[in-house]
Amino acid sequence: MDRKCDKCNRRATHHSVEIVQGKKIEQHLCETHAAEAGLSIKAVNTPINELLTNFVKLHSGGQAMTAAQELVCDVCGLTFAEFREHTLLGCPHCYQAFERQISPLLERAHDGGGHHVGKVPRRCGSGQDRQEQLTQLRQRLDEAVTREDYELAARLRDDIHRICPPSPGSTERSDIPGN
Amino acid sequence: MTLRQITEHAGEWLRGAGPHSDVVISSRIRLARNLAGYPFVNRAMQRQRMDILETAKQQITSSHRISDSLFWVDMRDSPRLDRELLVERHLVSRQLVSAADDSPRGVAIGSDETFAIMVNEEDHLRIQVLRSGMQLAEAYEQINRIDDALEDSLDFAFSPRFGYLTACPTNVGTGLRVSVMLHLPAIKLTGQIEKVRRAARDLHLAVRGLFGEGSEALGDLYQISNQTTLGRSEAEILADFEQTVVPQIIAYEQQARAALLRDRPEQLDDRVYRAWAVLTHARLLTSEETFALLSHVRLGVTLGRLDAIDLRSLNELLLICQPAHLQRIMGKTMNPAERRIARANLVRQRLGVRRTP
Repeated sequence: MDRKCDKCNRRATHHSVEIVQGKKIEQHLCETHAAEAGLSIKAVNTPINELLTNFVKLHSGGQAMTAAQELVCDVCGLTFAEFREHTLLGCPHCYQAFERQISPLLERAHDGGGHHVGKVPRRCGSGQDRQEQLTQLRQRLDEAVTREDYELAARLRDDIHRICPPSPGSTERSDIPGN
Repeated sequence: MTLRQITEHAGEWLRGAGPHSDVVISSRIRLARNLAGYPFVNRAMQRQRMDILETAKQQITSSHRISDSLFWVDMRDSPRLDRELLVERHLVSRQLVSAADDSPRGVAIGSDETFAIMVNEEDHLRIQVLRSGMQLAEAYEQINRIDDALEDSLDFAFSPRFGYLTACPTNVGTGLRVSVMLHLPAIKLTGQIEKVRRAARDLHLAVRGLFGEGSEALGDLYQISNQTTLGRSEAEILADFEQTVVPQIIAYEQQARAALLRDRPEQLDDRVYRAWAVLTHARLLTSEETFALLSHVRLGVTLGRLDAIDLRSLNELLLICQPAHLQRIMGKTMNPAERRIARANLVRQRLGVRRTP
């Protein structure tokens, strides 16, 4: 016999069993209440960001995700909790920092796709370490300028230029005295 | 070429030509790209956004491989009306124009309006190519060339596993979003829009109204776009549109049009001519009503029931009836009530109706 929805009299289409601290918790929901609980995506053309938000919310209750809240990207300082709130990552390195947490999410959002297939930039030359170092140096430089610590800013600017020489005509960092 | 000069006419993508232009209004492709070595826009501080803007602007405006003729619009010093105008022309997104006033951001626009490159929207770069009718292959060829030209001197954030890295994980991978804008009045009139949604859903494509997410299907105009950007190549994504979904929806629409002609010609003509009658005589028109009426007139024109106007002029009317265009053409700011009067006047004038007292 068909089971009824826990919340109304309609037929349940979503069934789940969770073991929490040794106790079995069953849940049976109809399409509407499942959608309400973020368990299913009811609308055919759900805007993609909503899909993502639902998915992130759905998976935020588990213990693994609770622990993940504390995760921080060591390049840009974004926390996983902040990502969950805004569904935007902070820098390219975040994909690595949160890889375990976002992989299932990516597969869900991309119809099972987990690995890139397609165009690869010809200029893939500059190493990832170098790019991450640049991101970090630029963050520190901005903090230094905000604090008006121009001595440190000038040093950081030189470090940046050593890694990435300024292109002719570039206006980069013209706001630092002594530039 | 400046913003002022583009106002009165529609861009290339609205000229009502191109393959299947009776159903397909336009083909649009965009690529999301981010510069390596910087945080994404939402995490970047003002100065970093400045760097990104200057670096990207310099590369875009100095590369002859992108285009012989383009102009740059800095959003920080553009009047609100100009920004709205660009949104109505689908050259920039609502998100780009409504960011904080002093946030460094801008857009490079090809003089023929076939492409636009937004800087510091959600991603550092959003490259977009627009074509009239069903021209995805041509659009992809152009956008790929622009992408290659930018890549000559910009390092894009890329990982072998996740592809082009984007601020929102829903764009990661190819960073490619394909959108085809379709005019589906007969499917709508015969109540079969669900068929379109099903065809799209099978391939994990989204169906939306004219102005993207969350908007109504004004004027029976629908946008079909891909949601998957990771795990499928550019060629596979394009093939879903070119070989499967779009031909199928065009066939549905044509069958529905043929059925209307065969089974209900009087009802069809009545719709078309009532719409024509209101457009040529109304003294007050809202944008919503204008879109709905133009849709029926367009249906009549494509079926040869009405030949008083061509597709290009109809497309142009769709564009210039929008608030910012209307205000620019009239040369003054107007409240909604004033716009309804001006819109009705403009429509009568463009449809060749002599001024009556």
